[in-house]
Amino acid sequence: MNTKTLMYIVKRLLLAVLTIWLVITVTFFVMHAIPGGPFVSEKAVSESVRKAMESKYGLDKPLMTQYFTYLGEIVGRFDFGPSLKQRGRMVIDIIGDGMKTSAQIGLIAAVIALAVGIVLGSLAALRRNKLIDRIIMVLTTAFVSMPSFIMGSLLLTLFAVKLGWFPANGAAKNGLILPIVTLSLYPMAYITRLTRSSMLDVLGQDYIRTAKAKGVSKANIIFGHAMKNSLIPVITYFGPMLAYIVTGSLVVEQIFAVPGIGRAFVSSITGRDYPLLMGTTIVLAVLIVVMNLVSDILYKIVDPRITLE
Amino acid sequence: MDKRPFSMQVDLDDFIPATEKEKEYMVTMRPPSTFFKDGIKRLKKNKVAVFSFIVIVIITLAAIFVPIFWPYSYDQMLGVVPGKPVDNSFLNLAPFQYGKSEIDQMAAGEKITPHIFGTDSQGRDYFIRVVYGTRISLAVGFFASIIVLIIGLAVGSISGYAGGKVDLVIMRIVDMIYSLPDMLMVILLASVMKQVLESSLDGTVFEKIGSNIISLFIVFGLLYWVSMARLIRGQILSLKEQEYVLASKAGGARGTWIITKHLIPNCFSVIVISTALQIPSAIFTESYLSFLGLGVNAPMPSLGSLASEALNGLSSYPYRLVIPAVVISLIVLSLNLFGDGLRDAFDPKLNV
Repeated sequence: MNTKTLMYIVKRLLLAVLTIWLVITVTFFVMHAIPGGPFVSEKAVSESVRKAMESKYGLDKPLMTQYFTYLGEIVGRFDFGPSLKQRGRMVIDIIGDGMKTSAQIGLIAAVIALAVGIVLGSLAALRRNKLIDRIIMVLTTAFVSMPSFIMGSLLLTLFAVKLGWFPANGAAKNGLILPIVTLSLYPMAYITRLTRSSMLDVLGQDYIRTAKAKGVSKANIIFGHAMKNSLIPVITYFGPMLAYIVTGSLVVEQIFAVPGIGRAFVSSITGRDYPLLMGTTIVLAVLIVVMNLVSDILYKIVDPRITLE
Repeated sequence: MDKRPFSMQVDLDDFIPATEKEKEYMVTMRPPSTFFKDGIKRLKKNKVAVFSFIVIVIITLAAIFVPIFWPYSYDQMLGVVPGKPVDNSFLNLAPFQYGKSEIDQMAAGEKITPHIFGTDSQGRDYFIRVVYGTRISLAVGFFASIIVLIIGLAVGSISGYAGGKVDLVIMRIVDMIYSLPDMLMVILLASVMKQVLESSLDGTVFEKIGSNIISLFIVFGLLYWVSMARLIRGQILSLKEQEYVLASKAGGARGTWIITKHLIPNCFSVIVISTALQIPSAIFTESYLSFLGLGVNAPMPSLGSLASEALNGLSSYPYRLVIPAVVISLIVLSLNLFGDGLRDAFDPKLNV
């Protein structure tokens, strides 16, 4: 690793830290811009009770003091405070519980998307303009242009309601299969297209022709020469894929009633549970930013010729 | 005449001046063509793009004109007539079925427009709701892209043309906004803006569209302009080194003149293409927000909110989900394909 790469990594890291700080700050001030504060929508409370509540949650202090306290608690102790609606539970505990399920779904979906996407993409590239290529391209085009909530609802209708093959409730046995499939379809289609185009690009290179001329076997050309280089662009997709899976899981968990972090997020919007909303936003945002960072750095290390920006 | 092959004898017939007709035959010049015409020609050859364009035009025209002559309106509950008890026979009609009073009217010889997609749980004609939802979704996509275009164009061209410190500062801001997780920020801002804007919108023209759509526009204006700004800055950076810009400067032109008369027209195709590709992404976002209950205000439908309402009665009325789902996918797909076609036709360099 040369100094240039190192400089790049340092720069990228600083940007990531800055972004995370921005997310926390925006979230904080946006939440406090809501007129009347979090207790307005509750049943009419007397003035003294409201005062007591506000002092309990530190809402009577000046805004900047609250901001620095909040920032300090997040950075220092990962403490997002108590949830307003789920009495007696800390936001971080709710997030932790939800994360277990969501991480499971997300990871499996990502792995499936990668594995299937790379195989289908290479297949389409090697059988270019043949029937199998056409079929793969048509299907992936359709998957790419369908919002995740529609995909989820359609799968739910078909496989859970009409055919009854899988349960409609994510908490049931085998209930996570449909959510995983829903989440993996879009990234899978995207990776397929990405792999196909980069594979086609690589197959046209001179060194592939040289290998062919030398009499290297077809399998060796594909797996030894072409595959390695054609997968580099796929690395850049890691970050966006995770971002997609995270935002997709918000609605998919809602549709299939999966007890994950996405559902906690959505219920915090509808229930106006501001600490939970802030907590989930920040945690998910950090996740996405970190994953983008990792995929960018990985990309740079794998292929140092590339100058990102 | 001597026909020996190497004879120097000249056939005088070969030197007769050509007639007008012969001259015309020899001239094979193409009619003059502009960049725009060339692009259109290439676009017309692309069957997929042409077909997608036709689909977009049909959907757009239907969304604009069908509500004008359709006898039902999107918020009209058919069973409800003032002063009479609610006629429940209108609720949840299957496609091409009629309510009780309508059957009576038809028996009396009146012509009733069929409920092509049936009615919803409140007795509203579902077909017109889908058409209206399409109208809303398209309008949201269109206006959001225009907002993105204006802001991105202004910031990008200033940043690219000014260069130096201005460029550096703007680009760092762009970098930061770019790495924000956009969807999360959209949801956060939309859910907060709903509270902030709701009261101030009452009684204005915006009340009907609802605070959510306004906040969607605001969010697009705040966050989504960055990729457009980056793109335009890159274009401007490469264009401003061209000789004609130097010539214009030597002629005493000012910055605004050069930007608006030389630079922007030259990156026009890039601008149009990325705006076209922005529309489906806005429609996507709108439907996503509608699904989370952050979309248009009821009873106004959008494709996303129709789909999310349909989830409640999914087992009995699956077509109510399938119809808006198909329309969304069709719009997004054809806009994407058409945008790709535009890009291939007008900007071969940009082809990735």
